[in-house]
Amino acid sequence: MATRIEALATKVVTVERAVRRRPWGRYALRYLALMLAAAVIIAPIYMTAVNALLPKQAIVAYPPKLFPSDPQWGNFPKALDQVPLARYMLNSTIQTGVIVVGQLVTSSLAAYAFAFLRFPGRSLLFIIFLSTLMVPLEVSIIPNFQTIQQLGWLDTYQALTIPFLATAFGTFLLRQHFMTIPKELRDAAAIDGYGHLRFLWSVVLPLSRPVLASLAVFAFLSAWNQYLWPLLVTNDDNMRTVQIGLAALRGREIDSFNVVMAGTLIAAMPMFAMLVFFQGQLVRGLTAGAVKR
Amino acid sequence: MAVTTGEPVPRLPLPGLVARGLTQLKNLGFGVLFLWPSILLFGAFVFYPLIKSVYLGFYESDPLGNRGDFVGFDQYRSVLAGSAFRHSLRITFQFTMYTVPPAIVLGLGLAMLANQKLPGISIFRTIFASTVATSVAVASMMWLTLLNPTTGLVTWILDQLGQPRLNLLNDPDWALVAVSLTTIWLNLGLATIVFLAGLQSIPERLYESARIDGASRLGTFLHVTLPMLSPTLLFVTVIGTILAFESFGQIHILTRGGPLDETKVIVYSIWENAFQRFDYGVASVQAVGLFILVLGLTVIQLRFLERRVFYQ
Repeated sequence: MATRIEALATKVVTVERAVRRRPWGRYALRYLALMLAAAVIIAPIYMTAVNALLPKQAIVAYPPKLFPSDPQWGNFPKALDQVPLARYMLNSTIQTGVIVVGQLVTSSLAAYAFAFLRFPGRSLLFIIFLSTLMVPLEVSIIPNFQTIQQLGWLDTYQALTIPFLATAFGTFLLRQHFMTIPKELRDAAAIDGYGHLRFLWSVVLPLSRPVLASLAVFAFLSAWNQYLWPLLVTNDDNMRTVQIGLAALRGREIDSFNVVMAGTLIAAMPMFAMLVFFQGQLVRGLTAGAVKR
Repeated sequence: MAVTTGEPVPRLPLPGLVARGLTQLKNLGFGVLFLWPSILLFGAFVFYPLIKSVYLGFYESDPLGNRGDFVGFDQYRSVLAGSAFRHSLRITFQFTMYTVPPAIVLGLGLAMLANQKLPGISIFRTIFASTVATSVAVASMMWLTLLNPTTGLVTWILDQLGQPRLNLLNDPDWALVAVSLTTIWLNLGLATIVFLAGLQSIPERLYESARIDGASRLGTFLHVTLPMLSPTLLFVTVIGTILAFESFGQIHILTRGGPLDETKVIVYSIWENAFQRFDYGVASVQAVGLFILVLGLTVIQLRFLERRVFYQ
């Protein structure tokens, strides 16, 4: 028994040595591992794409089709036709756009106050800002829902956007960057007659473009992907966001799952595009605070 | 400076003080101007609802969702000690254990794979990160197809492995596992991105010295990579646990809390009580319970892990 294991071990070592000696062999192994991992990660997305392209009869086939032999591109327009996906996307775009711009404005202003203005109570206020990070949205949904209801804002863009226009995370992120801007710059600008707003607009913000981009991408991601809150404050099909509209497809289109999958892909597209084009900014936004610098 | 008596008066840098006071006052004015949008929003949508949740918990709700009788802490006692809340707590902990450790192990593995210097590695990095761009609704819809009991890919894989066919999402023993699979996949992108950034922040010279000392690969991983990565591990654990405690969308889409309440996590239970049964009182107590839990978990984790965290 022991000898067999020993023989096997020797064999493994020999193979490993042979692989190591030849660089292409080592590369091949590494790429193989990478490709296997990538295949597992991408499988759900790939299967969704395959299902989205299958004809109606083929989606109930077993074993599941791993490749669309007769791609039905018409499923995509069908998805847009059968459910108001375009309207959902518009709603999500408006919601996300307002939140991104709003967060950039409120957190730039707040971060400026925390980084450049000395006034009594500043540290306490900053701690209060940070403490909002400890309160999950899920804890406050009931009173927030009641507030929106009392304001008569159900099924409006105000309900989808206004509660999210301020961000402690963004304020913190921008403040950390603003503090790296030399104070002398502010003094010099003051001598040139720059007020605080003008200094913020024409000196601080241009110097902070990468951080602002990170915050924008991060805000886009979290706004676009919201689920619980839009579910609560929208009922009207005209006001649904794409996430909620998508989930509602489940009950709507049971027998033509290929169209549902086409809709799912359409809904996922903006975020995938975002990832491909703004990966750097996204990574910076997501890892802020994770890595000690 | 007016000195009227013969007594010498200590000269104060009065103009300087006044000027500084004026600047501070001016700064305060600008501070208020710049901060009020955020303060107003936080007040209205974070602090006020937090206090109101506590307050709503003191009142029973009538079947129409109106505020009923004041019952004080009785409702807190009955809900927090009740079997329904304890059940949802158990499910939430189970869900956390099913999702957070696997996402950490797999995320670290993927990050180490993606941290190699190879041509074309950026393509793999994008693929590994791709689930971060997937929303909870998109991911749930995708996995709904994969988990389909008659035609799904997961069913097919189980068949290939010779496992008996299971309707995972409808099986009380397996539904939470199925929801967890979806969640692990969904959170893997974030974990990978964060770990990759952590790995890249480790100075190359540490690996060089390890190599010179003749450390094995495992030794290097255990004595260089892991200690240097401890802040990142802490961050991923805390964020992952909080994310798990706040999960709702995947359960709402995949299982609706069922079968037999086996996937009814706290947030789903809050949503159901508040917005399906209009029992705001009970739901508010649960929300306050969730708040205390998340707060406590964060503090405990930070305390516990901080001792093991190695900072540069």
